[in-house]
Amino acid sequence: MTLGEVVSIQALTPLLFATLGVALCLAFFRLVRGPTLPDRVVALDLITVLTVAIIALYDIATNEHVLLDAAIVLALIAFLGTVAFARYIERRAQDD
Amino acid sequence: MTDVLSAALLITGALFLLLAAIGVIRMPDLLMRIQVATKASTLGVGCMLLALAVHFHDFGITIRALLVINFFFMTAPVAAHMIGRAAYFVGVPLWEETIVDELQGRYDRQTHTLRSTLPGHGATPGDAHGHAGPEPEEGAP
Repeated sequence: MTLGEVVSIQALTPLLFATLGVALCLAFFRLVRGPTLPDRVVALDLITVLTVAIIALYDIATNEHVLLDAAIVLALIAFLGTVAFARYIERRAQDD
Repeated sequence: MTDVLSAALLITGALFLLLAAIGVIRMPDLLMRIQVATKASTLGVGCMLLALAVHFHDFGITIRALLVINFFFMTAPVAAHMIGRAAYFVGVPLWEETIVDELQGRYDRQTHTLRSTLPGHGATPGDAHGHAGPEPEEGAP
């Protein structure tokens, strides 16, 4: 019996999905509650990163790799969104 | 063997992502939340994508996973810096137990400029010693 038969990824995935789900809930809690707009932007950024991680885990769990392209796009959009929000926050403060 | 490596990377990545989420909830002010969310989540998602590359053992998938990892490593610091900078300019309150705010008094809200020296340095030293209070712009003249 090799080490590979002891550690089964299929048995592990529900636990990992639960972990990432809890992390997603915590980030969402900060998104709802966040006292200022930058807090919400940070929470949104974390939610996108968590979504990429969940996509990676789903790919492993189902042995299907098509969703990896969606993860690439999501990573791009997360960065652009954060930068756009930062510019918006700065400009809004200057206009006041 | 690849299963063991993949599982270890998955567990590490998931734990770091959970730590990032807990940090975002528990940290007392925005700048600490930014630093915990950026660093821990970058490491976590990097581990998860490496696990994906190890699991599939395919050239195209490995390249794509490394692409995403590289992209996260390049963009996460930039995004965190921009959010932190914008938040400081807007005047997001720091933690009340913050000991030193090195930018205090060096940013002018009206002209939107930063100085490397404190205003009136040497002439009126009283201006330079504002308290490290929750509103960073308070010390500015």
